[in-house]
Amino acid sequence: MPNTQQLQDFTTQVRRDILRMVHKVNSGHPGGSLGCAEFFVALYQDIMDRKDTFDMDGIGEDLFFLSNGHISPVFYSVLARSGYFPVEELNTFRLINTRLQGHPTTHEGLPGIRVASGSLGQGFSVALGAAQTKKLNNDKHLVYSLHGDGELQEGQNWEGIMYAAGNNVDNIISTIDLNGQQIDGSTDVVLPMGSIRAKFEAFGWTVVDIENGNDIDAILKGMAEAKSLTGKGKPVCVLLKTIMGNGVDFMMHTHAWHGKAPNDEQLENGLAQNAETLGDY
Amino acid sequence: MKTYTNTGNKDTRSGFGAGLTELGQTNENVVALCADLIGSLKMDDFKANHPERFFQVGIAEANMIGLAAGMTIGGKIPFTGTFANFSTGRVYDQIRQSVAYSDKNVKICASHAGLTLGEDGATHQILEDIGLMKMLPGMTVINTCDYNQTKAATIAIAEHHGPVYLRFGRPKVANFTPEDQTFEIGKAIRLTEGDDITIVATGHLVWEALEAAKELNEKGISAEVINIHTIKPLDDKAILDSVAKTGCIVTAEEHNHLGGLGESVARVLAQHRPTPQEFVATNDTFGESGTPAQLMDKYGLNADAILKASNKVLKRKN
Repeated sequence: MPNTQQLQDFTTQVRRDILRMVHKVNSGHPGGSLGCAEFFVALYQDIMDRKDTFDMDGIGEDLFFLSNGHISPVFYSVLARSGYFPVEELNTFRLINTRLQGHPTTHEGLPGIRVASGSLGQGFSVALGAAQTKKLNNDKHLVYSLHGDGELQEGQNWEGIMYAAGNNVDNIISTIDLNGQQIDGSTDVVLPMGSIRAKFEAFGWTVVDIENGNDIDAILKGMAEAKSLTGKGKPVCVLLKTIMGNGVDFMMHTHAWHGKAPNDEQLENGLAQNAETLGDY
Repeated sequence: MKTYTNTGNKDTRSGFGAGLTELGQTNENVVALCADLIGSLKMDDFKANHPERFFQVGIAEANMIGLAAGMTIGGKIPFTGTFANFSTGRVYDQIRQSVAYSDKNVKICASHAGLTLGEDGATHQILEDIGLMKMLPGMTVINTCDYNQTKAATIAIAEHHGPVYLRFGRPKVANFTPEDQTFEIGKAIRLTEGDDITIVATGHLVWEALEAAKELNEKGISAEVINIHTIKPLDDKAILDSVAKTGCIVTAEEHNHLGGLGESVARVLAQHRPTPQEFVATNDTFGESGTPAQLMDKYGLNADAILKASNKVLKRKN
């Protein structure tokens, strides 16, 4: 297992990747990607029990599903740097003929991706289906998923959330990225959702809070607690409080960088705040 | 002219139920999901015999499609069951992203398709579902004609890797295809041979096409009736070979003329052999309440309508 410093260095490099990918094509979603960088790194470098080689069925290993597919830059960077495909391929993000489509897809055969996402609100259902197949296969490994907080406004989520508890799907850990932002502004302004914790609890889930979702140790501790709560008849939800745009000061705490690319000067500024650690692609 | 015997009216949805029951015994990877319509979809036997592989999802079709997509990851072959309207129109985006674009091995099984659902009326009578499904890249679209064929198709699609839309209906209709048939996806079945006119039909209208052909035959017109159970991929060759002989064609389906079998056939003809064609289908309209027979009559979806269309297209032949 890598130590905290190694995971932090990994994260810093992922931030550089995100900024460079989005800048190159002047397109993509840096804000949420930066906010979730620590979580993805912890997940793929420490938390999940993964096989070295990718296959779609993922029998005998933990699975991860990204529901809010627009944060593809962080997903692609962490997948590449975790060995799923060559890091140099990050150069092709959103370009014609790429496997790194704007939103993740299985269609181009990119290792690491098990379902397309982008149209929001479908990830719970897919992850729950995969979790139930694991049970049918007597596979004790877990299913992880990540969802945006604004994404919870899509009704299909609540169909899945209701189903999970009603069917005792207790081999899933679903994380909500609570950054409080969506395209048009803060979630409280666009469509206030009240207490997300109370909602999940009312729907029969066990809820774990990670108050600082941009702190590697806090993530590892919270996810270990979540893991200890699986297998007890209830699905587990992690509320991960993150800062949108984390690690690049002018992108933090605002929805302005949800789907906007930095210009040349802003890129240099952002990279200067995140020193190269594992080597740029 | 070869004639066919109705061995007794049966509903196509019961053919689905029987096929699913058989699959339960022969293919342990088959799982079934239902959105609160077990009785309507005839999934009772599968549920009773394989409770661990049966998933009641409640009135939540979007979740059902996503669950099915997820269940394929790890090797299961999910069959989802609800009415055609809620199997397609209601969950088009879920099917598009989580199933078709993700190339998941999900079988979307839809009952109560078309006008013959009857008294429930237009909210439940989807007439656009073939169009919606055939437009999705990679989706196979099947519309079966009777009980036996529906059973055979249900069993066959489990062996086909990839997303499938299987459409069938509610009313009891003539059961005339062989009990021991094998179902070949994408392979049209020529039911009668003829030289004067081609009638290609799908679903419940195949029997009506045979009835129409009988009447045409009595007037000295020999009709070639082709059962197009697979709308996508379409058996282009069967259609082109037939019109090469007959020089005119009628398409018949319980679906809007926009986006259905007729349009698929028209595309093939326009590209390879422009041929006079008439459409037996609904004319860009919603349905309404009524008995299936009343609705088939009012909206022109029966043997009479096929006869009228045949007479019209015969006059357009060179």
